[in-house]
Amino acid sequence: MVEFNLPANSRPTKGKVFKAEPGAVNIRRFRVYRYDPDLSDNPRIDTFEVDLDKCGPMVLDAMIKIKDEIDSTLTFRRSCREGVCGSCAFNIDGTNTLACTKPLSEIKGDVKIYPLPHMPVIKDLVCDLNQPYAQYKAIEPWIQADTPAPNRERLQSEEERAKLDGMWECILCFCCQSSCPSYWWNGDRYMGPAVLLQANRWIQDSRDEATGNRLDELDDSFRVFRCHTIMNCTNTCPKSLNPGKAIGEIKEALFKRQ
Amino acid sequence: MAATNRPLSPHLQVYRPQITSMLSILHRITGVALGLGTVLFTYWLTSAAYGPDAFHRAQGLMGSWFGLLVLFGFTFALYYHLCNGIRHMFWDIGMGYEMTTLRKSGLFVVLVTIVMTIATWAYIWSRAGGS
Repeated sequence: MVEFNLPANSRPTKGKVFKAEPGAVNIRRFRVYRYDPDLSDNPRIDTFEVDLDKCGPMVLDAMIKIKDEIDSTLTFRRSCREGVCGSCAFNIDGTNTLACTKPLSEIKGDVKIYPLPHMPVIKDLVCDLNQPYAQYKAIEPWIQADTPAPNRERLQSEEERAKLDGMWECILCFCCQSSCPSYWWNGDRYMGPAVLLQANRWIQDSRDEATGNRLDELDDSFRVFRCHTIMNCTNTCPKSLNPGKAIGEIKEALFKRQ
Repeated sequence: MAATNRPLSPHLQVYRPQITSMLSILHRITGVALGLGTVLFTYWLTSAAYGPDAFHRAQGLMGSWFGLLVLFGFTFALYYHLCNGIRHMFWDIGMGYEMTTLRKSGLFVVLVTIVMTIATWAYIWSRAGGS
């Protein structure tokens, strides 16, 4: 359902301001979404002043500095700090990306950090991602074959293998999933760009023998065809992959088998 | 999700307008405008069937500054929806999905729309003798 406004319990209020320590010169303000499930309050936007002279270059460096030195209750997911785990995906400076690979120098003015858009918030910047994970599970993301397993690897030609490039690199950070207005309005029935990119990864795999079943499962006016080629997904992907194109390939495969 | 009272994270409120999503919503808006505009054209045509008085009233309405503004908007909507529709057809045959192409084709569609809209009205204006 299209619902432009946030529900009453979700509208952020003004939060606390944490001033930089005296003597700091290179100050940057971070405006960060906070939500404490133990209080009955609405979410709030806290302001942290950070001395960039004593901070690493990436948004995640500043977030870890805030947690270590200013407010240890700030809650967010992070792990690898090099763009391969997909944990630190947030809405930063108005678009979704990974905090660990987003340089502070690319952002003008205050640095605004929100959770991934249109998701239930567990605490601060941590979203409940059960829905996209359930959708990922539904596309059965593993190889399926009826032919007996050979005694060695299942071989592919170089061309067959090349078809998977641009898809296997996906780290499931769900930046694209939560950038898509179609997914915002119909996320309960539309699979979303990240999950469809993964679906296509198995549809295009020459070793997989369940292509027909996979296409049957997706051939639906909502599951695939809620994609209206808005292309916010491709525009925001921190790994420079192309979910929009992958969905186009699924639509093409559905059309070709008719 | 409905079972919990977790807040919903901000979406439209915080997402910076993207060329991708703005052109997409403009396609939807111009589509709706074309539907409504067609009703207006139907009124214009049928007024002629109702006789000289009704047609004269319709002519007066369409020729007023407000009527002309609506017609100008309709022309813009028509050209944008047409050009962006062709962009959609390229996507449907698997072309033009790269981000650089998307930006270029989007700007091209907007440019062509503006040029064709202005050219159309310049032609109408010259035929009408500047009145």
